[in-house]
Amino acid sequence: MTIPDDLKYTKDHEWARPKGARVLVGITDFAQDQLGDVVFVELPAVGDEVKKGESFGVVESTKAVSELFAPISGKVVEVNDPLVEAPENINEDPYEEGWMIAIEPSDPKELTELLDAKAYKAHVDEQG
Amino acid sequence: MALRTPLHAAHLRHGARMVEFAGWDMPVQYAGLIEEHEAVRGAVGLFDVSHMGEVVFRGPRALAALQAIFTNDLSRVADGQAQYGCLCRENGGIVDDVVIYRRSAEDLLVCVNAANRQKDFEWLKSHASGADVRNESDDWAQVALQGPKALAVLKKLTATDLDAIKTYRHAPGTVAGITCLIARTGYTGEDGFELFCPAAQAEKLWDALMAAGKPEGIQPAGLGCRDTLRLEMAYRLYGSDMDDDASPLEAGLAWVVKFDKGDFIGRAALQKQKEQGLSRKLVGFQLTEPGIARHGHPVVHDGRAVGVVTSGTRSPSLKTSIGLAYVPPALAAEGSALAVEIRGKPVAAVVVKTPFLSRKGS
Repeated sequence: MTIPDDLKYTKDHEWARPKGARVLVGITDFAQDQLGDVVFVELPAVGDEVKKGESFGVVESTKAVSELFAPISGKVVEVNDPLVEAPENINEDPYEEGWMIAIEPSDPKELTELLDAKAYKAHVDEQG
Repeated sequence: MALRTPLHAAHLRHGARMVEFAGWDMPVQYAGLIEEHEAVRGAVGLFDVSHMGEVVFRGPRALAALQAIFTNDLSRVADGQAQYGCLCRENGGIVDDVVIYRRSAEDLLVCVNAANRQKDFEWLKSHASGADVRNESDDWAQVALQGPKALAVLKKLTATDLDAIKTYRHAPGTVAGITCLIARTGYTGEDGFELFCPAAQAEKLWDALMAAGKPEGIQPAGLGCRDTLRLEMAYRLYGSDMDDDASPLEAGLAWVVKFDKGDFIGRAALQKQKEQGLSRKLVGFQLTEPGIARHGHPVVHDGRAVGVVTSGTRSPSLKTSIGLAYVPPALAAEGSALAVEIRGKPVAAVVVKTPFLSRKGS
């Protein structure tokens, strides 16, 4: 299982990657593995506001439904639309092709409150 | 602590992800649900179905006793044949749906659902009518070898003439040196076999099948794909699509209710239901908007809740969202427009013909 060093994480298994003024968001390798084959994804629209800790969408595998929780608050400025047609990208490449939304943070401080790779790994090990 | 089948260690060896199902610690997937699903549709997969129960009726009263509690007609099947049907309560509610393997008129094996092992045994025992009824569930392991290559794989391991065992027939035989009941039955819509063997021999049989099937691309297959495979065929799942409160007529199983065979438990209630008309029917539907319907989602029509989804998934073969739902008879016709309420939002659906997936011979 991969946990890239340069990302921030939530306990709900989302990752956040600051990129210029925006933050890309997806789910972790651990999360996709637990879910199994992802076959459906429901994402917000560009312009929607998301709030830290609140649901911004849904991923479904053949067997399970899982809510997506926003790691930070802000405005959705881009959505990875190809995922709707190719949700398997979330399994195959959760940290790159499988990114879900880009958020323009309303409170950049929230990023510093997220887990770093080491803390996230400890969190996953506890669950395993 | 969940129960373990005799193949538990084999599953762990194959890297299975285990989940609890009907009180059993079972493999939900190994390599991945979709990969396993495709292996079964395209080549061959091997399932552990040892959690299913086996109750055996023996003696001169065996056939008559079962005829009096089974909705289908066992007098129409020959020795060496199997038959699907329901056990019903007096009010027509389904105790379980079962496959009965008629070895002779004095020796019939009833294969029951895992969740219903104890309930069924008690029900069957209390309606023994002089037959010798035994719960042999713990004595047997059961594996299902399913897929278009199943026949070729099994041929390598047995001298039994498998071509003589047609669909829904069975025969005693030896597979990899292990005494088995070889049945050409299954729950996937593919050609294949279910092998009943002594529990102690299960792992040896499993390993022999996995090794023999290697050139054909055999994969161990978990409960996850067992569910998507059966749902593509619209095979009902007890506990999801029907229960003690549903009748076979409501569940779309009228074809296994033989009113003309003589009396059986539930017959009068079912006859009455047939004459008075049903208040709900189980139908197949397909979503026409994005989403996945799940068990328990409401079915809505004209803004009103009119029914409920009992099974739903994304079909790996068809790449569409399919499901089964109870709806009022007025909305049960093919082409009827419905909506499934998913997370509070109506998603458009249409009633379609089942099975969703057409297979050779089905």
